[in-house]
Amino acid sequence: MGRMLQIGVTVAAMVVLLGGVLYLKQFTGPMPDYRRFHGAPGEYGTVHGILAGVSNFDSQCLIELGILLLIATPICRVIFGAVGFSLLRDRLYAAVSVIVLIILLLSFFMRR
Amino acid sequence: MSVLLFTLGAFGASILAGFLGALTGLGGGVVVVPVLCVLFKIDIHYAIGASLVSVIATSSGAAAAYVREGYSNIRIGMLLEVATTLGALLGAYLTAKISGNWIGVIFGVVLLYSAWTSLHEASGGPKRLQPDSLAIRLDLRGSYPVQGGKEEYVAQHVPSGFGIMFVAGALSGLLGIGSGAVKVLAMDQVMKLPFKVSTTTSNFMIGVTAAASAGFYLSRGYILPGLSMPVMLGVLVGSLVGSRVLVNAHVRTLRLVFSIVIVALGLEMLVNGLTGRS
Repeated sequence: MGRMLQIGVTVAAMVVLLGGVLYLKQFTGPMPDYRRFHGAPGEYGTVHGILAGVSNFDSQCLIELGILLLIATPICRVIFGAVGFSLLRDRLYAAVSVIVLIILLLSFFMRR
Repeated sequence: MSVLLFTLGAFGASILAGFLGALTGLGGGVVVVPVLCVLFKIDIHYAIGASLVSVIATSSGAAAAYVREGYSNIRIGMLLEVATTLGALLGAYLTAKISGNWIGVIFGVVLLYSAWTSLHEASGGPKRLQPDSLAIRLDLRGSYPVQGGKEEYVAQHVPSGFGIMFVAGALSGLLGIGSGAVKVLAMDQVMKLPFKVSTTTSNFMIGVTAAASAGFYLSRGYILPGLSMPVMLGVLVGSLVGSRVLVNAHVRTLRLVFSIVIVALGLEMLVNGLTGRS
């Protein structure tokens, strides 16, 4: 399980780095304004939008893809936990893992 | 300022924040948010979005090592994650409901609390090993490696620990931090778990807790690629270096000095929030 976390973080960091290098190479125009909150996330707000952007070689979507992989790492850890506890025939903790997993997935499907 | 210059500046500052976060035991997120808000004048929503991402990275990176060493208790972690993830959902929901100034004020208070606990690091006294019937039924016990063998432990006061974990999760979701200090409070002080088991299990839980608010943050546009990229990579590098230094050096004075710097940043956030300037 420890190995899986390490691989997940490493792969995610590589994708973010790659997207970052492309972003710095491609970016032209004025510095974006980070001082005030703009709200609307545009295409970065949804998994679908990010994947569509990556297929168009959008560097910022590539960074967001890396971030999605990073978020997926602890979620996979919980899935592994559920499987591991089931194999140990530990019904209580297999159920606990599934509850945590449901809460995590809820956060992605619940909107605001 | 050009985008390249900004990115390099944010990267450098995040390395330093990650380094200080590891060295002082506060965690990268709680240091990087005031750095971004106070020094770079970045809106607090964007700052906590970038911080949340870096928190997942450092937690998962560090947890990997601890799981292998046999300190973190996976059952206790998983059970308490029910509380922290539910709390995180509430916290992330609240970020959209309260003003940036209030987020800044709460952040300042949590930062001061974290700094205070990190300076009183010594473990919470002798641990009782009386059987707690709920903990036994939930199998919340284990053993951990000590010099010359293993030491057994059983969790105490499970409902109170669970409740404080819910608060820890809510703070994590509200402020984009790992809230390790509150998690350790719940496990070390309330559930009377050994200090090393508390800190490593807390680290193990931080990534899962943060992942619960990440969906909200993403759909609300808190996680900006151009900002999160240097912050995540910087904090990750900084905390890896910081935890190496921590193992090798006597850093008590250094920690004290840095904690004062971080507390000053926290106070500035608190005052800015109260006076409505942030």
